[in-house]
Amino acid sequence: MSILEDYGRVAGPDVIAQICQLAAPLAGARIVHVNSTRTGGGVAEILTKLIPLTRELGLDARWETITGNSAFFECTKGMHNTLQGNRVPLDENLLRVYEETNARNAEVLRPVLEDADFVFIHDPQPAPLLGYCPNRKGKWIWRCHIDASHPYRPVWKYLHRFVAPYDASIFSLAAFAQELPHPQYLIPPSIDPLGDKNMELEPGKILQIHDKYGIDPHRPLLVQVSRFDRFKDPVGVIEAYRLAKCFLPDIQLVLAGGGATDDPEGEVVLKEVQNAAQDDPDVHVLLLPADANVEINALQRAATIVLQKSVREGFGLTVTEAMWKGKPVIGGDVGGIRLQVMNHHTGFLVNTPEGAALRIRYLLHQKEKLLTMGAKAQSFVRDNFLITRHLREYLTLMVALLHGARDRIELG
Amino acid sequence: MASSDPQDSGAFAIKDCALVALATGRKARLLQEFRRELEGIDIACIYHHFWGGLLQPRFDEREYNNDFAAWVRHGIHDAVLAERLSALVPASYPDLEALRHEIIDLVDERMDEVEHLFWTRATLQFEFVRSQIVVFDTERQLQHPAELAAVTRELSISSIFYHFIDARRRTLDGRDDFSDWLTAFGDEFTPLQERLAGIDPYFSNLGELRDELAQLFSLHIQEAAQ
Repeated sequence: MSILEDYGRVAGPDVIAQICQLAAPLAGARIVHVNSTRTGGGVAEILTKLIPLTRELGLDARWETITGNSAFFECTKGMHNTLQGNRVPLDENLLRVYEETNARNAEVLRPVLEDADFVFIHDPQPAPLLGYCPNRKGKWIWRCHIDASHPYRPVWKYLHRFVAPYDASIFSLAAFAQELPHPQYLIPPSIDPLGDKNMELEPGKILQIHDKYGIDPHRPLLVQVSRFDRFKDPVGVIEAYRLAKCFLPDIQLVLAGGGATDDPEGEVVLKEVQNAAQDDPDVHVLLLPADANVEINALQRAATIVLQKSVREGFGLTVTEAMWKGKPVIGGDVGGIRLQVMNHHTGFLVNTPEGAALRIRYLLHQKEKLLTMGAKAQSFVRDNFLITRHLREYLTLMVALLHGARDRIELG
Repeated sequence: MASSDPQDSGAFAIKDCALVALATGRKARLLQEFRRELEGIDIACIYHHFWGGLLQPRFDEREYNNDFAAWVRHGIHDAVLAERLSALVPASYPDLEALRHEIIDLVDERMDEVEHLFWTRATLQFEFVRSQIVVFDTERQLQHPAELAAVTRELSISSIFYHFIDARRRTLDGRDDFSDWLTAFGDEFTPLQERLAGIDPYFSNLGELRDELAQLFSLHIQEAAQ
């Protein structure tokens, strides 16, 4: 069975038929996606499945990554943080490393990039590559996965010079879009329902996770899965758990974070979280390897409630993953979480640890409500946030770019 | 295209579409800013915030049938204007420009009624979004209305959007493509056209709308057989 047929069983055959028809005018197009890591983080996860799916449609898609040293990733992490609002100037030396690294990578990638019909550059790390490909033939699209709604202006100004010459950019939400002299498409990311992180699991697999980490399967479990990053507010989650535990002494908490090769700050934040946990036997802080997708899947399925108490968030794919598993989500009232968590329908939006604690208590006292909200959450993801929808929008964007800025494009 | 075009009385060509949204960079925090932006925004924004959103990620249980009403209620917190905006039916205006003017009139009227709305700052920013729609032929054609019942169940939701919702912007009298096509078959299908006109597309998702249409077509065939 083909990959497309596999997805048809989850998303519906009509969805696949539509994607095939949309891909037809693009048959044979050479498409290159570039990011900075093959493992860890939402971008790598999406590309892992998006590339083979695109290839099966008859498009010549490939995925390239740029390489860099620790100074490069220190710079791009800083850039990531400042674009999300941290007001810290970037060191001139690090910026030089950033540009030199891109120049060096361009030497290797130039033939592929200049020859491509469409080049998708993901996030700021490889953004300067366009400037090193003067003989490019195709359309270049900068895909920003970050909540850049309130960037630290000097850093945005610096990045703007690399991004402005692109043919188009893509943001996850309208609120994240910045002033740029080209069309700015709005495409939320997606999850892969058949990947290790989201596929159905045998009940035994979930029980194994309980055993492995000493979690009591008979007591309510709160789970937050995300990198150990201050924007994800893991310490705030522990605070919310403590406030709720005064009323619900049975509750347990798992904070599970995967590492990503382009995130040098993770270790520092992990230590802060371990300190905040203070050896509470019901708080499990788990640093999981980047490929622990099945474990993350099992943890999310084992959860009674999933939290994503971010204070800044690009989109929040962990929210989508949890909802796909039928869990209500208590999420920070920021970024793409707002697009997914509908108060009283698929979960609750909160602003403080106190707010999160209140909603934990509410849901654990309203078990019927908890189940209904979980079911609604799953259905909402099926209709809107699976990779098939993402692929369709990329195809639509490519067709649209070939036909100019018209509002209505009639093919055939 | 075949006969989703009212001028063509032949087969009904089933089309499909895909829609992608674009940021315009236009934003509003105050009702007067919102009004000012409404005057100058691309008409495609009006389309998107009334219709295009139906094909975008959104929660099905919508409180209001257009994004403007929802923002006025949850951003500006004025229930009266939200209710008035939600009563707007785009198909009842000759074109989107006329709809734009009606929205502006309603905002002006409300700001005249309640002075503080001039300076009330919204708790949520309104982002004006437009969309590009790509339309393509599925290469399927219907020769007779009796085929509608079976085929409708197999259509993608975006095809339903194209023929039942987007059509209201394209057809001369603001109807759906099915009704337009049925006209060519004479009075026999007038009751079906009336039933189609009675479907409110705003408060169900497109999948539910597809089911409703398929049921309606099946029912008509059964009644005709009797």
